[in-house]
Amino acid sequence: MDTFLNRYRNLTVLLLVILAQLVLLAYQVKNDSDVRMIRVWAVTAVTPLARTIEGVRGGTEGFLQNYVVLRDTRSENQRLRTELGRLKIENQRLKTELETSDRAKALSVFESQSPSKMIAARVIMTALGSSGTAVFVDRGSVSGVEKGMAVVTPDGIVGKVLAAYPTASQVLLASDPSFAAGVVSQKNHVQGVLKGMGHGNCRVDYVQNEEKVESGEWFYTSGDDRIFPKGLPAGQVTSARSSNPFQEIVLEPSGLSGGLEEVLIIVQGVHQEIPDLKTAAQPVYLAPPAPSSPGDAHAVPSPATSGGGNTAPAMTTDADKIREHYQELGVAQNHKFGDNPPGTKAVDFNLQPAQGEKPAAVVKPGAERETGRRGEGGTSTPTPNTQSTAPVVPPPPTPRVSPSQPKAGARVRNP
Amino acid sequence: MRYSDDHVLLHTQRETQISRFRAWVMFLVPLAAILFQVYIPLFFQFLAYLELPLIVTVYFALMRRSPIGGLLVGALVGLAQDSLSKNPLGMFGITKTIIGYVAASVGMRLDVDHPLIRLILGFFFFVFHQFIFWALSRGLLEQQVNFETQRTLVLGLLNAIVAVSLFHFLDKLKERA
Repeated sequence: MDTFLNRYRNLTVLLLVILAQLVLLAYQVKNDSDVRMIRVWAVTAVTPLARTIEGVRGGTEGFLQNYVVLRDTRSENQRLRTELGRLKIENQRLKTELETSDRAKALSVFESQSPSKMIAARVIMTALGSSGTAVFVDRGSVSGVEKGMAVVTPDGIVGKVLAAYPTASQVLLASDPSFAAGVVSQKNHVQGVLKGMGHGNCRVDYVQNEEKVESGEWFYTSGDDRIFPKGLPAGQVTSARSSNPFQEIVLEPSGLSGGLEEVLIIVQGVHQEIPDLKTAAQPVYLAPPAPSSPGDAHAVPSPATSGGGNTAPAMTTDADKIREHYQELGVAQNHKFGDNPPGTKAVDFNLQPAQGEKPAAVVKPGAERETGRRGEGGTSTPTPNTQSTAPVVPPPPTPRVSPSQPKAGARVRNP
Repeated sequence: MRYSDDHVLLHTQRETQISRFRAWVMFLVPLAAILFQVYIPLFFQFLAYLELPLIVTVYFALMRRSPIGGLLVGALVGLAQDSLSKNPLGMFGITKTIIGYVAASVGMRLDVDHPLIRLILGFFFFVFHQFIFWALSRGLLEQQVNFETQRTLVLGLLNAIVAVSLFHFLDKLKERA
């Protein structure tokens, strides 16, 4: 060895000096994700090895379990997982059917049904010195992963990306004490902050003692932390008791309950509604749909017609109805709005439609102003004498009793 | 004038003898070169294209004819230059370490007292220096910088001319045997 070093002494010194400066360089330089280059290089060097080992291990284990040891049990287990996954997805209002058994397929279904943009990732190793509360996944900045992105499974939230390396990312799990996320309870919409406890469970902080939280109640992400979109399941309350100054609420994180193999990283989050708690035998009142035509504006909606079916008409305003009325008049007079050369006769908006047996709706003052802008002498109400330029006397106002517009009658102009 | 290979390659004891410098020369000349690089372009911007620290590094490495000495001079000058620049520490250091090592290795084989050789070496080491720095910027710092070949060649020629003149001046600071 000494002979070797003596023989290549110059080259050895050169390499040592360059290496020392490389370490110095790597220690001080950070990449775009604010991660030191020395860590980037170390993780980049280690990740392919870890991935290879995990691949060999997974392949060997899968082969043994599928074809050697437990072929029938494995297939049965896969069938049960498919059924379980399908029910969970339905319960989360995704209304999808999981027809395959492995979790990767479940992730892809969840990913496709969710409004958020996600990418699937596989857990390849645990981060060193983190007591198992951080893991590495096989997707990094090359795949679009960035620091601070949310990591979830169909069961719930898993954690957030702590650092994104080119080929891998470090994920801080929700059970880590430094993890925090805004959550809200499903039943009473109690706001709190989910924090890890260093082991399997989490706690919800900053919930006043006056707030009502029950065991078994679900917490969902509130979307306040700008990491997790609103509406993702966070976990189920295992115990809740009063304390000083806030309640002590212990929660079992649903995303970490089944062991982590595949996860989804939310690249672009979209807030969702928190699913309502379904309670039996509770009357539900649905507001009546708005009238679909001007003639229906006078109709008083009855509870019998407010069934809340799927065929509810689209909501329209009075201005929309007047606009439709004018368009009908234009069509009746062969007038194309916006496509008329100079000198073309203007549309007579006072003309009574030929098929209009029923009178037009009472026009609100706001609509009258619009009419006045459109044409001279235009009025809000059609008159029998369609060609007359004399002032038109509007009919007496009709009180409106629509529950959606309780003050409409007060705004009608008094003749 | 015609120079044969016998004149270019070293083969006499006189030519292979190592040039020695006083300690203050070894300290002040690189320092002056770095200060020149830092301050003079504030007043004469066109002089920013001169790489005096590189020229000084090449000179001492060539004259000392010791690879370890050359790379150490290069590392020290480069790190000092780094400390006064916006670059992370080590960028100029690594570059000039390699330059110093290669220059000293070349100095062991060529007659570096010849002006034409000095001109060629000055040109070569400037281009080599720029190339290493560019490669390090792309490879280590992931910076998207382009290697401007034409500009580098022109500046290499200018620096080589300055290097020949400066080498002639620095020769006078050699310790006489």
